[in-house]
Amino acid sequence: MGSSMTRGDIESLATDFYDLLESFKHAPVYHLSFEIFLVLAVSWLVFFRKPRPIEKKLTEKEKQELIDEWQPEPLVPSVDPNHPALNVRVLDGIVGKTVEIDGRKSLNFATFNFLNFVGKQRIADKAIQAVQKYGVGSCGPRGFYGTIDIHLELEERLARFFNCEEGIIYSYGFSTIASIIPAYSKRNDILFVDEGVHYAIQKGVEASRSHVKWFRHNDIADLERLLAEQEILDKKNPKKARSIRRFLIIEGLYVNYGDICPIQRMVELKYKYKYRIFLDESVSFGTIGQTGRGVTEYYNIDRQKIDLISSTLEYAAGSIGGFAVGSSFVVDHQRLSAQGYCFSASLPPLLAAAAIEALNIMEEENTTLFETIMDKSKRLHKKILSIKGYIVNGDEISPLKHLRLTNTLNTIGRLEEIVQFAQSRDITITVARYLSDEHRLPEPSIRLILNVEMNDEELEFLCTVLQEALVKVTT
Amino acid sequence: MPSVKTFEKTHMKKEPRGLAHSDSQEDFEETPTWAAVITVLGYALLTALGWLRDFLRNIGLEDKKTAQDPNPKDFVPLYQSYECFYTRNLYTRIRDVFNQPIASVAGATVQVMERLSTDFNWTFQFSGKKLPSINLGSYNYLGFAENCGPCSDQAMKSIETYGISSCSTRHELGTQNYMNDLESLMAEYLNVEDCIAFGMGFATNALNIPALAGKGDLILSDKLNHTSLILGARLSGAAVYTFNHNDIQDLEKRLRNAIIHGQPRTCRPWKKILIIVEGVYSMEGSLCSLPKIIELKKKYKTYLYVDEAHSIGAIGSRGRGVVDYWNVDPNDIDIHMGTFTKSFGSAGGYIAGKKSLIDHIRIYTHSGCYSASMSAPIVFQIISALSIIMGRDGTNDGQKRIQQLACNVRYFRRQLVDMGFIVYGNDNSPVVPVMIFMPAKIAAVNREMLKRGCAVVTVGFPATLLTESRVRFCISAGHTKEMLDHALKAMDEVGDLVALRYSKRNSPRRWHELNRADYDKEYF
Repeated sequence: MGSSMTRGDIESLATDFYDLLESFKHAPVYHLSFEIFLVLAVSWLVFFRKPRPIEKKLTEKEKQELIDEWQPEPLVPSVDPNHPALNVRVLDGIVGKTVEIDGRKSLNFATFNFLNFVGKQRIADKAIQAVQKYGVGSCGPRGFYGTIDIHLELEERLARFFNCEEGIIYSYGFSTIASIIPAYSKRNDILFVDEGVHYAIQKGVEASRSHVKWFRHNDIADLERLLAEQEILDKKNPKKARSIRRFLIIEGLYVNYGDICPIQRMVELKYKYKYRIFLDESVSFGTIGQTGRGVTEYYNIDRQKIDLISSTLEYAAGSIGGFAVGSSFVVDHQRLSAQGYCFSASLPPLLAAAAIEALNIMEEENTTLFETIMDKSKRLHKKILSIKGYIVNGDEISPLKHLRLTNTLNTIGRLEEIVQFAQSRDITITVARYLSDEHRLPEPSIRLILNVEMNDEELEFLCTVLQEALVKVTT
Repeated sequence: MPSVKTFEKTHMKKEPRGLAHSDSQEDFEETPTWAAVITVLGYALLTALGWLRDFLRNIGLEDKKTAQDPNPKDFVPLYQSYECFYTRNLYTRIRDVFNQPIASVAGATVQVMERLSTDFNWTFQFSGKKLPSINLGSYNYLGFAENCGPCSDQAMKSIETYGISSCSTRHELGTQNYMNDLESLMAEYLNVEDCIAFGMGFATNALNIPALAGKGDLILSDKLNHTSLILGARLSGAAVYTFNHNDIQDLEKRLRNAIIHGQPRTCRPWKKILIIVEGVYSMEGSLCSLPKIIELKKKYKTYLYVDEAHSIGAIGSRGRGVVDYWNVDPNDIDIHMGTFTKSFGSAGGYIAGKKSLIDHIRIYTHSGCYSASMSAPIVFQIISALSIIMGRDGTNDGQKRIQQLACNVRYFRRQLVDMGFIVYGNDNSPVVPVMIFMPAKIAAVNREMLKRGCAVVTVGFPATLLTESRVRFCISAGHTKEMLDHALKAMDEVGDLVALRYSKRNSPRRWHELNRADYDKEYF
């Protein structure tokens, strides 16, 4: 075919091609750009586009198969019948300074009955009078005719006891702080929390969904490091920083460690880093301080500087429930926002009456009761330290002590053996029980609790039994 | 636009024995459009006025009466202004009708403490006067809120024997022999293998759902479930989907989708699915359609958690809650939960079911390790109330109370309906919500009812939908016919005064126009 092409043909072809090029020159810009776009689009379609998977809807049959195939896990896994929680000691009678287990009386160093208010006749009388007036239950939440005059009285008394503007009571110790934290701290807010706080605080922190910055237990330097880090972040984004609330969540006397919080420095830092302090005085209320008003009294700190103090009526006060005190500005908010307050039945009036009477005793006794308990705590601390083989951490004046065996010997099994041995010698003590999902699970320990009415002989007897137990366990 | 509900169901099964009533109906009459429009306008007006007053406060023309932050100004505000807008500008106007304190037992009648305010409800003073009123607000369904009689005698005796508290947890030294008595009695009452009791009803939900579900599990929760259930579900770490209130079709659709599609993103199948419903819903007065839910549960191999807080003792011919009402097998429900606060006139809650379940909870419940065990008088009140309900005390007082409650409920509900009020919920539900819709009427109804000697609970936004404010009556076995008549007469007058007869189905009628003989039949 090529040979048949004449010279004239080639020339005309060349002219055609030239004309084509010329026409490009005259063509409007939009036309050109459109053609270039088309060429690019075609090449993209051919070379680069990945084939899209063809979506296939499940047929009804397939769906049914999936449903039939699905096998759920059992509702709960099988449990170990030897778990200590299923084999607890069952008590009879008043759980006071002594307890009765299986018909045998023993000295009680296990329950949080610091001031020996359990079984006190004065308190029982008031509770009985309350039943005669109000019945047992309150039959409703605070909002729906569950607010009884005796609740208001207790709130006022607690506020006065702590010299604060307002108090608020809850019907359950656990739900107090666990409801308070999420009432204030929301998403985006920051919580600086001591790693050693008790479980209810951990759950409150979790429910708030705020950012949590854990600092090492009672370690001010670590807290300052976190605060300084946050300050750098704040400087980068000052607009955001102006809307982030910050809270410091600490305990006065840590129930998991038996040591007191270095709160003075934290109060100083408060004004530098602009955080609010929520202090949980569950153990320290009624046990620490000249008149039992907790660590703020012990360190002589102005309570106006602490934004909120929460505590429980279940320990020293020997009743049930929890409370918080602080300025009206802070406390009043809980009446509409704290879930455990708004959506739960109110505290049975007889328990409120018992708590009021407990406060009466604390106020009447003034200093003697609290000096005695702090003094005895110190003595017990020294006595235990003198037994070789035990470690007791925490503060001398703490009436709650965590007892451990030295280094590798400290296993839960050995501690349980000690508890059992002590029980056979008529001393009731207990291993501190925790759930395994604690933020930081404390080392196993025996939690000793000092009842203010234990005398020196009884403390001596406890130490003797502990020593004998140690010998038995280690040999 | 406000959500307008229109559904009406007829129960599939009739109650097997005992009370002579035919079909029971669950009724949610549609909100009249004009009422909805006026209600929304009312809130719009209140909000506009709130803005105006906030503006006046900011420029200093009006006093700021809220408490001020004691911390220096450079702290981040503890509350955002918009967060308290509602409290400051709407709630405070009618604060006197909420949280009214009482000075007596919360029984069938109650002494309401009169409060006066000289500064438009910012502060209150007690006048010292006690207003004796019929108590239509407390959850005293079986009338066990009493300060004399066998229950409180037992409670008082137990204070002498056991003291108030054990100051210890269940896992340590808080298990006293009466706890075992209570748990085995309750298990027997519910006809299940085992039971565990706790010191607070709210915490029973909040602290135990985390022991039952976790990551990789799915919780399907009714939209109107109580806060404690929502909190427990949230703390558990499981995924939580909600379904429309009592809507079986919606539940089934969600169940199917969940099983077919598995977990979001990973598409792994769910480890297990837990349906959480309540027996009687405390704001709607509706009953859960238990047989249908059990059917679904079996079909899709899920687990079922029924919160009988408001139904245990109050519903069913033997007072055993919705299980009794629908006559279903208690073993078809995996987790029975309920409270002792309401029908038993005490405090606390329980979980009951198979022994393996309860053993698991005994070990993993948060409250077992970290909160005080129950107080003796609280437990003895429950034990003696329970013995009476079960007829163990040798009388038929318990059965009488259950029947009295059922009569009272029908007597009261039927008359309200016939007078032309919109009444929500099931015919047999002791929770009787009457719709008032408009925000201003919340205060009017409450104040006017109190003037006429009736202590009632009124609720509005945010406890209900914006347009669905209501007055809620809780009927008790302790109410006599005279008390109920008095309350109905009061409601008749108040309904006339503030125009509450919204119903289109029942023409408005005054109380004296009703044919008394129709209702007296309820009383045999």
